[in-house]
Amino acid sequence: MKFGIVVNEGPYTHQASDTAYQFTRAALEKGHEIVRVFFYHDGVNNGTRLTTPPQDDRHISKRWSELAQEHDLDLVLCIAAAQRRGIVDEDEAKRHGKDANNIAPGFRISGLGQLIEASIDADSLVSFGD
Amino acid sequence: MNEIVEDAENPEANAKKIMYINRRAPYGTIYALEALEVVLIGAMFEQDVSVVFMDDGIFQLKKNQDTLALDVKNFSPAFRALETYEVEKLYVEKESMQARGLSCEDLLVPVLELSSIEIAELMEQQDVLLNF
Repeated sequence: MKFGIVVNEGPYTHQASDTAYQFTRAALEKGHEIVRVFFYHDGVNNGTRLTTPPQDDRHISKRWSELAQEHDLDLVLCIAAAQRRGIVDEDEAKRHGKDANNIAPGFRISGLGQLIEASIDADSLVSFGD
Repeated sequence: MNEIVEDAENPEANAKKIMYINRRAPYGTIYALEALEVVLIGAMFEQDVSVVFMDDGIFQLKKNQDTLALDVKNFSPAFRALETYEVEKLYVEKESMQARGLSCEDLLVPVLELSSIEIAELMEQQDVLLNF
């Protein structure tokens, strides 16, 4: 089965990102395809590499990055939501004259069309949030 | 081999049924505004789109919104543009309207009022539900 995943809430504040990660991993282990993981609203905060949780806690953004590398996942942060919340990649940082970028490895920034496209391409779109 | 045959004569036949569900008040959180952004971008994909407003989400369509004191943008005029994007299936939940003392005349755009049971039936028919 082809799943599209939507993550609508930020890391640590909300269970959504953890559950989305567990679901994605379990689906991959069962041999399903993940067409895309799309991060929206505060969900874009899952894609900053500057996250520094205490050492005895899970590292949510790193966990996504590792899963992406392992399974060639497409992790997409919504550009409009990311700009509002200060998540930028190298190109965006340059374009807006920022002194740094903070996107985590394995993530990319793109438009909302990627969410709609994932919903069309997937057999099932599964959203995580309230 | 099974191949999906694209019906070029009737693009609607290939379209997915996508329903956006707006459940939250227009201000106080960003969900309503960011939901509208999805609907507007999604309109370019020419799918079979419908938008439901229920719970406090129906306040998104209230006429005469004034956000001056809140210092946030009043984005409600954008709902009037939905028609030009060919997003024409707008539904409000009857129970939510009644609980908030609202009638269709209080709303910015023409909508169809449906009971929660009717909305549940519509949801059953969808390929994609996006809940905001």
